Amino acid sequence: MARVIVDVMLKPEILDPQGQAIARALPRLGFAGVTEVRQGKRFEVEIDGPADEAALADVRKMAETLLANTVIEDYSVRVEQ
Amino acid sequence: MSETSARRSRVEGYESMGAARVGVVTFPGTLDDQDAARAVRHAGGEAVPLWHADRDLKGVDAVFLPGGFSYGDYLRCGAISRFAPLMEELIPSARAGLPVLGTCNGFQILCEAHLLPGALTRNENLHYVCRDQRILVENATTAWTGDYAPGQEILLPVKHGEGRYVADAATITALEDGGQIVFRYLGGNPNGSVNDIAGVSNEAGNIVGLMPHPEHAVEDLTGAPGVDGRGFFSSILKRFVNL
Repeated sequence: MARVIVDVMLKPEILDPQGQAIARALPRLGFAGVTEVRQGKRFEVEIDGPADEAALADVRKMAETLLANTVIEDYSVRVEQ
Repeated sequence: MSETSARRSRVEGYESMGAARVGVVTFPGTLDDQDAARAVRHAGGEAVPLWHADRDLKGVDAVFLPGGFSYGDYLRCGAISRFAPLMEELIPSARAGLPVLGTCNGFQILCEAHLLPGALTRNENLHYVCRDQRILVENATTAWTGDYAPGQEILLPVKHGEGRYVADAATITALEDGGQIVFRYLGGNPNGSVNDIAGVSNEAGNIVGLMPHPEHAVEDLTGAPGVDGRGFFSSILKRFVNL
Protein backbone atom coordinates (compact mmCIF):
# COMPACT_ATOMS: atom_id res chain seq x y z
CA MET A 1 0.00 0.00 0.00
CA ALA A 2 1.26 3.42 -0.85
CA ARG A 3 -0.20 6.86 -1.28
CA VAL A 4 0.85 8.99 -4.21
CA ILE A 5 0.06 12.69 -4.18
CA VAL A 6 -0.71 14.56 -7.38
CA ASP A 7 -0.79 18.36 -7.14
CA VAL A 8 -2.43 20.21 -10.01
CA MET A 9 -1.99 23.97 -10.43
CA LEU A 10 -3.06 26.40 -13.13
CA LYS A 11 -0.03 27.37 -15.20
CA PRO A 12 1.57 30.60 -13.96
CA GLU A 13 0.41 32.57 -17.01
CA ILE A 14 -3.26 31.53 -16.55
CA LEU A 15 -5.31 34.00 -14.51
CA ASP A 16 -6.68 32.45 -11.29
CA PRO A 17 -9.69 34.57 -10.25
CA GLN A 18 -10.53 32.20 -7.38
CA GLY A 19 -7.06 32.63 -5.90
CA GLN A 20 -7.40 36.40 -6.31
CA ALA A 21 -10.75 36.40 -4.50
CA ILE A 22 -9.18 34.48 -1.61
CA ALA A 23 -6.23 36.88 -1.52
CA ARG A 24 -8.63 39.83 -1.35
CA ALA A 25 -10.56 38.22 1.53
CA LEU A 26 -7.52 37.60 3.72
CA PRO A 27 -6.81 41.21 4.77
CA ARG A 28 -10.44 41.56 5.84
CA LEU A 29 -9.84 38.64 8.21
CA GLY A 30 -6.78 40.32 9.66
CA PHE A 31 -4.10 38.40 7.74
CA ALA A 32 -1.56 40.94 6.58
CA GLY A 33 1.39 40.59 4.22
CA VAL A 34 -0.12 38.13 1.71
CA THR A 35 1.00 39.13 -1.78
CA GLU A 36 -0.66 36.37 -3.83
CA VAL A 37 -2.79 33.21 -3.51
CA ARG A 38 -3.18 30.62 -6.24
CA GLN A 39 -5.66 27.80 -5.87
CA GLY A 40 -5.00 24.26 -7.06
CA LYS A 41 -6.15 20.68 -6.58
CA ARG A 42 -4.57 17.84 -4.59
CA PHE A 43 -5.32 14.20 -5.42
CA GLU A 44 -4.43 11.35 -3.03
CA VAL A 45 -4.08 8.20 -5.10
CA GLU A 46 -3.96 4.95 -3.09
CA ILE A 47 -2.26 2.06 -4.87
CA ASP A 48 -2.16 -1.55 -3.70
CA GLY A 49 1.49 -2.22 -4.47
CA PRO A 50 4.69 -0.34 -3.72
CA ALA A 51 5.20 3.14 -5.19
CA ASP A 52 7.93 1.97 -7.53
CA GLU A 53 8.91 3.57 -10.81
CA ALA A 54 6.28 1.60 -12.75
CA ALA A 55 3.52 2.67 -10.37
CA LEU A 56 4.64 6.30 -10.51
CA ALA A 57 4.73 6.15 -14.29
CA ASP A 58 1.11 4.99 -14.17
CA VAL A 59 0.11 7.86 -11.87
CA ARG A 60 1.88 10.35 -14.14
CA LYS A 61 -0.15 8.93 -17.02
CA MET A 62 -3.36 9.39 -14.96
CA ALA A 63 -2.37 12.98 -14.27
CA GLU A 64 -1.58 13.64 -17.92
CA THR A 65 -4.81 12.02 -19.18
CA LEU A 66 -7.46 12.97 -16.64
CA LEU A 67 -6.38 14.69 -13.41
CA ALA A 68 -4.82 17.70 -15.15
CA ASN A 69 -5.70 19.51 -18.36
CA THR A 70 -2.16 20.16 -19.53
CA VAL A 71 -3.39 22.93 -21.84
CA ILE A 72 -3.84 25.14 -18.78
CA GLU A 73 -2.49 23.17 -15.81
CA ASP A 74 0.82 21.78 -14.52
CA TYR A 75 1.02 18.76 -12.25
CA SER A 76 3.56 17.19 -9.93
CA VAL A 77 3.67 13.65 -8.55
CA ARG A 78 5.24 12.55 -5.27
CA VAL A 79 5.03 9.65 -2.85
CA GLU A 80 3.67 10.47 0.60
CA GLN A 81 6.17 9.31 3.22
CA MET B 1 -50.41 20.35 -26.43
CA SER B 2 -50.70 16.74 -25.23
CA GLU B 3 -47.73 14.47 -25.59
CA THR B 4 -49.53 12.38 -28.19
CA SER B 5 -50.43 15.30 -30.41
CA ALA B 6 -46.94 16.72 -29.98
CA ARG B 7 -45.50 13.45 -31.20
CA ARG B 8 -47.91 13.35 -34.15
CA SER B 9 -47.08 16.87 -35.29
CA ARG B 10 -43.40 16.06 -35.01
CA VAL B 11 -43.83 13.09 -37.32
CA GLU B 12 -46.03 14.90 -39.81
CA GLY B 13 -44.30 18.24 -39.63
CA TYR B 14 -40.67 17.34 -39.61
CA GLU B 15 -39.45 13.81 -39.98
CA SER B 16 -40.89 13.34 -43.44
CA MET B 17 -38.81 16.31 -44.63
CA GLY B 18 -35.64 15.32 -42.87
CA ALA B 19 -32.89 14.17 -45.15
CA ALA B 20 -30.06 15.09 -42.81
CA ARG B 21 -29.84 13.26 -39.48
CA VAL B 22 -28.24 15.25 -36.68
CA GLY B 23 -27.28 13.33 -33.55
CA VAL B 24 -27.93 15.08 -30.23
CA VAL B 25 -25.86 13.67 -27.37
CA THR B 26 -27.19 13.24 -23.84
CA PHE B 27 -24.77 12.74 -20.95
CA PRO B 28 -25.89 12.45 -17.34
CA GLY B 29 -26.39 16.11 -16.41
CA THR B 30 -27.00 17.41 -19.95
CA LEU B 31 -29.70 20.10 -19.93
CA ASP B 32 -30.13 21.49 -23.43
CA ASP B 33 -30.58 18.30 -25.46
CA GLN B 34 -34.35 18.77 -25.87
CA ASP B 35 -33.94 22.33 -27.15
CA ALA B 36 -31.14 21.18 -29.45
CA ALA B 37 -33.29 18.37 -30.88
CA ARG B 38 -36.19 20.76 -31.32
CA ALA B 39 -33.95 23.25 -33.15
CA VAL B 40 -32.81 20.51 -35.53
CA ARG B 41 -36.42 19.52 -36.24
CA HIS B 42 -37.45 23.15 -36.58
CA ALA B 43 -34.89 23.54 -39.37
CA GLY B 44 -36.29 20.49 -41.13
CA GLY B 45 -33.76 17.86 -40.06
CA GLU B 46 -34.16 14.66 -38.11
CA ALA B 47 -32.82 14.78 -34.55
CA VAL B 48 -31.33 11.44 -33.52
CA PRO B 49 -30.89 10.95 -29.77
CA LEU B 50 -27.42 9.62 -28.91
CA TRP B 51 -26.69 8.23 -25.43
CA HIS B 52 -23.31 8.78 -23.80
CA ALA B 53 -22.95 5.13 -22.78
CA ASP B 54 -23.56 3.72 -26.28
CA ARG B 55 -20.64 3.17 -28.58
CA ASP B 56 -22.92 4.01 -31.50
CA LEU B 57 -23.28 7.15 -33.62
CA LYS B 58 -26.28 5.58 -35.43
CA GLY B 59 -24.92 6.68 -38.79
CA VAL B 60 -25.75 10.37 -38.25
CA ASP B 61 -24.59 13.07 -40.66
CA ALA B 62 -23.56 15.52 -37.91
CA VAL B 63 -23.45 15.70 -34.12
CA PHE B 64 -24.60 18.36 -31.65
CA LEU B 65 -23.07 18.34 -28.15
CA PRO B 66 -25.48 20.39 -26.04
CA GLY B 67 -24.93 22.34 -22.84
CA GLY B 68 -25.54 21.42 -19.24
CA PHE B 69 -23.43 20.00 -16.45
CA SER B 70 -22.37 16.62 -17.78
CA TYR B 71 -21.12 14.32 -15.02
CA GLY B 72 -21.82 17.18 -12.60
CA ASP B 73 -18.85 19.09 -14.05
CA TYR B 74 -16.76 17.07 -11.58
CA LEU B 75 -12.98 17.57 -11.81
CA ARG B 76 -13.28 20.07 -14.70
CA CYS B 77 -16.18 20.84 -17.03
CA GLY B 78 -16.17 18.15 -19.71
CA ALA B 79 -13.19 16.26 -18.25
CA ILE B 80 -15.09 13.05 -17.52
CA SER B 81 -17.58 13.24 -20.41
CA ARG B 82 -14.63 13.28 -22.76
CA PHE B 83 -14.01 9.59 -21.90
CA ALA B 84 -17.63 8.43 -22.34
CA PRO B 85 -18.03 5.39 -24.64
CA LEU B 86 -19.84 7.52 -27.22
CA MET B 87 -16.89 9.92 -27.34
CA GLU B 88 -14.57 7.03 -28.24
CA GLU B 89 -16.61 6.75 -31.44
CA LEU B 90 -17.10 10.46 -31.93
CA ILE B 91 -13.48 11.60 -31.58
CA PRO B 92 -12.04 9.64 -34.55
CA SER B 93 -15.13 10.42 -36.68
CA ALA B 94 -14.79 14.14 -35.96
CA ARG B 95 -11.10 14.01 -36.83
CA ALA B 96 -12.10 12.33 -40.09
CA GLY B 97 -14.48 15.17 -41.00
CA LEU B 98 -17.85 14.50 -39.30
CA PRO B 99 -19.40 17.92 -38.55
CA VAL B 100 -19.64 18.46 -34.78
CA LEU B 101 -21.04 21.47 -32.93
CA GLY B 102 -20.56 21.96 -29.18
CA THR B 103 -22.32 24.72 -27.28
CA CYS B 104 -21.43 25.70 -23.73
CA ASN B 105 -20.71 22.41 -21.93
CA GLY B 106 -20.42 20.83 -25.39
CA PHE B 107 -17.66 23.34 -26.23
CA GLN B 108 -15.92 22.47 -22.96
CA ILE B 109 -16.11 18.75 -23.85
CA LEU B 110 -14.64 19.41 -27.33
CA CYS B 111 -11.71 21.28 -25.76
CA GLU B 112 -11.14 18.57 -23.13
CA ALA B 113 -11.18 15.99 -25.93
CA HIS B 114 -8.55 18.06 -27.78
CA LEU B 115 -10.83 18.23 -30.81
CA LEU B 116 -10.57 22.01 -30.40
CA PRO B 117 -7.54 23.90 -29.13
CA GLY B 118 -7.47 25.78 -25.83
CA ALA B 119 -9.56 25.40 -22.71
CA LEU B 120 -12.47 27.02 -20.88
CA THR B 121 -12.07 28.05 -17.30
CA ARG B 122 -13.69 30.08 -14.54
CA ASN B 123 -15.20 33.43 -15.58
CA GLU B 124 -12.83 36.26 -14.75
CA ASN B 125 -15.34 37.99 -12.46
CA LEU B 126 -16.38 34.64 -10.88
CA HIS B 127 -20.03 35.41 -11.67
CA TYR B 128 -22.35 33.04 -13.45
CA VAL B 129 -23.50 35.13 -16.42
CA CYS B 130 -26.97 34.72 -17.94
CA ARG B 131 -27.89 37.34 -20.51
CA ASP B 132 -28.53 38.10 -24.16
CA GLN B 133 -25.18 38.62 -25.83
CA ARG B 134 -24.25 40.29 -29.10
CA ILE B 135 -21.96 38.06 -31.16
CA LEU B 136 -19.89 38.80 -34.24
CA VAL B 137 -19.73 36.00 -36.82
CA GLU B 138 -16.16 36.21 -38.13
CA ASN B 139 -15.94 33.02 -40.11
CA ALA B 140 -18.92 32.05 -42.25
CA THR B 141 -17.16 29.18 -44.01
CA THR B 142 -17.39 26.50 -41.31
CA ALA B 143 -19.84 23.59 -41.52
CA TRP B 144 -22.10 25.35 -39.01
CA THR B 145 -21.93 29.00 -40.10
CA GLY B 146 -22.42 28.91 -43.89
CA ASP B 147 -25.81 30.60 -43.65
CA TYR B 148 -24.38 33.69 -41.94
CA ALA B 149 -22.50 36.51 -43.59
CA PRO B 150 -18.97 37.22 -42.45
CA GLY B 151 -19.11 40.22 -40.12
CA GLN B 152 -22.79 39.62 -39.32
CA GLU B 153 -23.90 40.54 -35.83
CA ILE B 154 -26.27 38.13 -34.07
CA LEU B 155 -27.90 38.00 -30.64
CA LEU B 156 -27.79 34.77 -28.63
CA PRO B 157 -28.26 33.87 -24.98
CA VAL B 158 -25.20 33.03 -22.88
CA LYS B 159 -25.44 31.23 -19.53
CA HIS B 160 -22.27 29.93 -17.93
CA GLY B 161 -19.84 30.24 -15.05
CA GLU B 162 -16.82 28.74 -16.78
CA GLY B 163 -16.63 30.21 -20.24
CA ARG B 164 -13.33 32.08 -20.25
CA TYR B 165 -11.49 30.83 -23.31
CA VAL B 166 -7.73 30.54 -22.78
CA ALA B 167 -4.84 29.16 -24.80
CA ASP B 168 -1.14 29.90 -25.02
CA ALA B 169 -0.04 32.90 -27.08
CA ALA B 170 1.22 30.79 -30.01
CA THR B 171 -2.13 28.98 -30.26
CA ILE B 172 -4.07 32.25 -30.18
CA THR B 173 -1.89 33.69 -32.94
CA ALA B 174 -2.38 30.55 -35.05
CA LEU B 175 -6.17 30.71 -34.50
CA GLU B 176 -6.30 34.40 -35.41
CA ASP B 177 -4.15 33.92 -38.51
CA GLY B 178 -6.00 30.79 -39.63
CA GLY B 179 -9.50 32.29 -39.34
CA GLN B 180 -10.40 29.83 -36.60
CA ILE B 181 -11.91 32.49 -34.34
CA VAL B 182 -15.46 31.91 -35.56
CA PHE B 183 -17.30 34.11 -33.04
CA ARG B 184 -16.35 37.09 -30.92
CA TYR B 185 -18.29 38.83 -28.14
CA LEU B 186 -19.53 42.33 -28.90
CA GLY B 187 -20.67 44.96 -26.44
CA GLY B 188 -18.89 43.57 -23.41
CA ASN B 189 -17.03 40.34 -22.76
CA PRO B 190 -19.12 38.20 -20.37
CA ASN B 191 -16.29 36.05 -19.02
CA GLY B 192 -12.89 37.60 -19.69
CA SER B 193 -12.00 35.25 -22.55
CA VAL B 194 -8.83 36.17 -24.43
CA ASN B 195 -9.39 38.48 -27.44
CA ASP B 196 -13.17 38.36 -26.71
CA ILE B 197 -13.30 34.87 -28.21
CA ALA B 198 -16.79 33.35 -28.06
CA GLY B 199 -16.21 30.36 -30.32
CA VAL B 200 -13.53 28.61 -32.37
CA SER B 201 -13.23 25.89 -35.00
CA ASN B 202 -10.67 23.27 -35.87
CA GLU B 203 -8.48 23.86 -38.91
CA ALA B 204 -10.79 21.94 -41.25
CA GLY B 205 -13.87 23.87 -40.05
CA ASN B 206 -16.03 20.81 -39.42
CA ILE B 207 -15.75 21.09 -35.61
CA VAL B 208 -17.09 24.28 -34.02
CA GLY B 209 -17.49 25.16 -30.35
CA LEU B 210 -18.99 28.26 -28.75
CA MET B 211 -20.26 29.32 -25.33
CA PRO B 212 -23.51 31.04 -26.53
CA HIS B 213 -26.65 29.01 -27.21
CA PRO B 214 -28.06 29.05 -30.78
CA GLU B 215 -30.50 26.25 -29.87
CA HIS B 216 -32.30 28.61 -27.47
CA ALA B 217 -32.84 31.23 -30.19
CA VAL B 218 -34.81 29.56 -32.96
CA GLU B 219 -38.41 30.51 -32.17
CA ASP B 220 -40.06 33.84 -31.48
CA LEU B 221 -42.22 32.48 -28.70
CA THR B 222 -39.41 31.17 -26.51
CA GLY B 223 -36.21 32.37 -28.10
CA ALA B 224 -35.79 35.25 -25.71
CA PRO B 225 -33.57 37.46 -27.86
CA GLY B 226 -34.95 36.38 -31.24
CA VAL B 227 -34.27 33.73 -33.84
CA ASP B 228 -30.63 34.41 -34.74
CA GLY B 229 -29.64 30.85 -33.79
CA ARG B 230 -31.51 29.33 -36.74
CA GLY B 231 -28.53 29.81 -39.06
CA PHE B 232 -26.50 27.10 -37.30
CA PHE B 233 -29.12 24.50 -38.11
CA SER B 234 -29.97 25.69 -41.61
CA SER B 235 -26.21 25.81 -42.38
CA ILE B 236 -25.65 22.19 -41.45
CA LEU B 237 -28.79 20.93 -43.19
CA LYS B 238 -28.05 22.78 -46.43
CA ARG B 239 -24.61 21.27 -46.41
CA PHE B 240 -26.12 17.81 -46.75
CA VAL B 241 -28.69 18.84 -49.32
CA ASN B 242 -25.86 20.23 -51.43
CA LEU B 243 -23.67 17.16 -51.14
